[in-house]
Amino acid sequence: MNLMYFTERPYRDVPEDEVIKNRAFFGVPNRFFDREAGSRLYNEYLDEMVYAEDVGFDSIMLNEHHGTPFCMGAVMNVEASILARITKRSRIVLLGNPLPTFKNPLRIAEELATIDCISHGRLVPGWVRGAGSEQIFNQANPAYNREMFNEAHDLILAAWTRPGPFRWEGKHFNYRYINPWVLPYQKPHPPIMIPGVLSPETVVWCAEHKYPYLGLGTALPATAELWNIYGDTAAKQGYQAGSENFGYLQHVVVAETEEKAEELGKAHLFGGGQGAFSRPEHTLPPGYNSREATRRLARTMTAGSGGFLGVSAEQLGRAKQEPKAEEGNLQKVADSTRRRLARGEATVEEAKAAIYKAYPKAVEGLQIIAGTPKTVIPKIRKILEVLRPGTFGFFASQGPVSFEDRMTSIRLLGQEVLPAVREISKELGLVDPFERKPGERPYTEGTKREQIISLEALRA
Amino acid sequence: MHIMYFTERPYRDVPEDEVIKNRSFFGVPNTFYDAQVGARLYNEYLDEDVYAEEVGFDAIMLNEHHGNPFCMGAVMNVEAAILARITKKARIVLLGNPLPVVKNPVRLAEELAEIDLISKGRLVPGWVRGAGSEQIFNQANPAYNREYFNEAHDLVIACWTKPGPFRWEGKHFNFRYVNPWALPYQKPRPPIWIPGVISAETVVWCAQHKYPYIGLGTALQSTVELWSLYQKTAADEGYVAGSENFGYLQQIHLADTEEEAQEQGRAALFGGGAANFSRPEHTLPPGYNSKEATRRLARQATDYGFLGITSEKLKEQREDVGSSKEKSDTRERLRKGQVSIEEAKRKIYANYQKAQDGLQIIIGTPKTVIPKLKLILEVLHPGVLGLFQAQGPLTTQQRMNSIRLMGQEVLPAVREIAKGLGIRDPFEREPGSRPYTHGTSYEAIVDLEALKRAPKRDESVRV
Amino acid sequence: MADWTEEITHVAGTDLAIIKGGTGKPLLILHEELGHPGWLSYHQALAKDRTLIIPIQPGFGKSPRVEIIRNFHELGLFYSWVLRDLDLAPIDVIGFSTGGWTAAEMAVANAKQFRKMVLVAPPGIKAPEGDIMDVFAVTIGTQLNATVYNADATPEFRKLYGGERTPEQFEAFEDARTETARIAWDPILHNPSLPYFLQGVKGLPTQLVWGKNDAVVPVSACGAYQTALKNTDVKASVFDDCGHRPEIEKPEAFLKLIREFLA
Repeated sequence: MNLMYFTERPYRDVPEDEVIKNRAFFGVPNRFFDREAGSRLYNEYLDEMVYAEDVGFDSIMLNEHHGTPFCMGAVMNVEASILARITKRSRIVLLGNPLPTFKNPLRIAEELATIDCISHGRLVPGWVRGAGSEQIFNQANPAYNREMFNEAHDLILAAWTRPGPFRWEGKHFNYRYINPWVLPYQKPHPPIMIPGVLSPETVVWCAEHKYPYLGLGTALPATAELWNIYGDTAAKQGYQAGSENFGYLQHVVVAETEEKAEELGKAHLFGGGQGAFSRPEHTLPPGYNSREATRRLARTMTAGSGGFLGVSAEQLGRAKQEPKAEEGNLQKVADSTRRRLARGEATVEEAKAAIYKAYPKAVEGLQIIAGTPKTVIPKIRKILEVLRPGTFGFFASQGPVSFEDRMTSIRLLGQEVLPAVREISKELGLVDPFERKPGERPYTEGTKREQIISLEALRA
Repeated sequence: MHIMYFTERPYRDVPEDEVIKNRSFFGVPNTFYDAQVGARLYNEYLDEDVYAEEVGFDAIMLNEHHGNPFCMGAVMNVEAAILARITKKARIVLLGNPLPVVKNPVRLAEELAEIDLISKGRLVPGWVRGAGSEQIFNQANPAYNREYFNEAHDLVIACWTKPGPFRWEGKHFNFRYVNPWALPYQKPRPPIWIPGVISAETVVWCAQHKYPYIGLGTALQSTVELWSLYQKTAADEGYVAGSENFGYLQQIHLADTEEEAQEQGRAALFGGGAANFSRPEHTLPPGYNSKEATRRLARQATDYGFLGITSEKLKEQREDVGSSKEKSDTRERLRKGQVSIEEAKRKIYANYQKAQDGLQIIIGTPKTVIPKLKLILEVLHPGVLGLFQAQGPLTTQQRMNSIRLMGQEVLPAVREIAKGLGIRDPFEREPGSRPYTHGTSYEAIVDLEALKRAPKRDESVRV
Repeated sequence: MADWTEEITHVAGTDLAIIKGGTGKPLLILHEELGHPGWLSYHQALAKDRTLIIPIQPGFGKSPRVEIIRNFHELGLFYSWVLRDLDLAPIDVIGFSTGGWTAAEMAVANAKQFRKMVLVAPPGIKAPEGDIMDVFAVTIGTQLNATVYNADATPEFRKLYGGERTPEQFEAFEDARTETARIAWDPILHNPSLPYFLQGVKGLPTQLVWGKNDAVVPVSACGAYQTALKNTDVKASVFDDCGHRPEIEKPEAFLKLIREFLA
């Protein structure tokens, strides 16, 4: 079981009212960025990661977002570089560099190879198409998003594995003299992991490439559906997908008492949480989604499935009845609050109240897991029983939680939760991608493929 | 005096014959890259940096080159990021990111800001146009090189200092929503230093921006010329340029005895050194140099260039077509198969003493090294001095020992000399802070009398 | 020697140097990426019964650069405007190498401005087999040497490029390579849209000329041009033992072909 520690590295000092007034994290003007806070926070997050390695996490996971106090990892490769040197055995999992935003993917190939060398082969690169706001921030044409992703991906792999010098003449990238003098430590190339939200195209692409797919805290039914698509695609490709092909990221925060845990859990809703990641116009710029994906997204967002990064039916601009009818769903609350704020029908205070009112339902829906180890472990068990992932990521709290509380959470995770999770995984027979190589188990056509998720556990 | 430790972080295991066969470092196929060696070397170089800070260096300097075993810093910001965390007080000086090849200057602005924050304000970013080979490697149009540089520079500064969100619509870069949530620790922005070789345009641009200019081991005569030009430009801009506006990089290696030093120091000539950085076609792609710069380069037959930008290379660019005329140049004869690798190697190393005589490399014990550095300081009065650990297959032990001797003996001596010369570095006196009154005279930064005592470089010697 | 003159005219928003010589119906000649090579024997021969009009591309020789021209497609638009301003259309055209690419772009813009079109080994379409030479990452000498198959058997090549190069020549070549790099660095010397739009060229008889051993633009590109120009009357002639400069490597065969085609 590959257990990862993850934090968005939020800029916790941003005034919440500014986020709510802005109706999203992305776009809060950067005059609210304070250098002392920024400097302190980057270093504290690095301290957290070193500590996480100490207490037993297998991997440190990072991610990348631009222009938002939601996540300070605008150039997460900076932190990855540091981890390559200051950690000793944990893997460094990047979920993920948004390939379409780079403009010079060859430089990214060099950068990741350098990090892999310095870490003596502990890098797990991962790539994403990038949220809509990343395209806007980096001036990356959303209409070519998937094409640029695919071509940059192929180019980076070629730079790593094909002897140079060689020429690349693609549709979106051209290089006349590829001959990097830094190549990855891991051969033939580092293992790649791909995070995703709700895109079947991504899942199918992953399965075709035998890349493990990590679900970013998406609702269990939708996640299960997607993973089955992966499994079917894998079968078509001639291999048996298993736990080694899947990972799941889950918000978990632990404290000594339930009261404290609830305080930390509520903090996760700060500013509207994920649902307030970015406003509709920045979330889905034109051409970003294929027409099919848009249609499917609209359908799957109906019944409490919860959006990550705020990609919701509301974001799609579908007219809905007043959302008062369906309180509790984080995404819905965020969307309805935003609409009412925009129309001047709600004050910042009212919006805030609505945000935090959603807490119990968020807990009930497992979007937030906050408690003592005793109450946290069974909830994680439930997820593991349903989804059976080989990789499990613990997503630390967003919001104004103190450094001490965050470190305590890591300590308790390490001391009590990780050992329990490892027991459960053994019991469930979960295998991670470093124990068993994704795609190495053949599937014989005509036979019944293995169950990836557990429908029984889902229905329970 | 601000003293920096620098190494190109060479991939020391590259077979020398391959470099000579290839007639340059750039373009040796990466099939010769062994990632195990790379991993070890990257970490050893970081160990060197930490040690250098320990023994008293004020700064660690890094640089960036792509596709070239001469330097492993293809993405030097990776190393800079690590230094931000694992060093405590040394500044981290990047000389420099080649702006035209980065392609996404907003990302660079974010990246450097993060490094500055993590280091709590110890970053000194520096930018270059980038060698010709960087343009080819990164597919950056050489005809737009200077324009890219200027616009990317302006854009990065804007990212750091103009409140977002704002739109940037330039000639070469467009960004509709600039609002980075990583801003530098240092306000209004980190100090910027610019390294250079022979370009007068760069020097003038630096002086206009009040950026300290760091001469990369150029011959003293031409360095004196360039720095005088900087001072004159500064006067035109209304300020007096002093030692705080200048820095100098010197390749150097120290050992405990003169015999050991001379034995070890030969490594600096490995593969032909910087003169074999890249072949002519990769050094000066079309449009890279302005017409004027090209013309000037053709005239400066006496100067050896850093990164091998020499009049010789230009001549090779002009090489005869289909002519049977004998060429004395080794590289040209190698290309034509007129000389063997062994003979080429012999010619390279035959220049060892001359390279020392001309101060291209300074090899010795502290006792013999310090007087040579003293002479350089007396001629140039640089506020920043970079000690560039010699290239080539020195052992880790030899390199660390050299750093030890630098720290223990050379740095204190240099600081004394600098104090005696009244040298101020850019952190003691802000570059551009001394106003100049038109019509008055300003103190020349270079000492022409001292220059007379300096050795002349043998133009046939290439390192 | 037939007389030729060089005049600078203000046209299409800029000063443009134009070389003119010969008698008879006007014939537009668009020179290659290293610039107008001078008045060669083929110019001399053609000038016997045609008035040669040879514009010096902006950024070359005495023609100042036009910064707003950012690629060869826009160079084609520029020259189309020149033809309109000078009232030269419809006109026969011979384009050599990048001059041929330019002519193709002009045909895409408005095929009616040409009566007949000759393209001599143009880049502009990515070669299906082999690579268009990256002339920007080699020395001038290497580039020049690559343009002919057998330098010793090409007397005019020796005359043009043999011997020590003068600083002025060197500068002229650097100018030419700089300007070509400026507008064709990336992708290397081709326009991915050109094959698509050439399909729209109708009613323009076209002669493609190539050397089988062309080391600058592989001969496979000839087929690609032929396919792209399928909606007009297009012919291709490929010379054996010939590189990138059929006009000086196979002068007799070249002239015969041109004369017959343009008659």
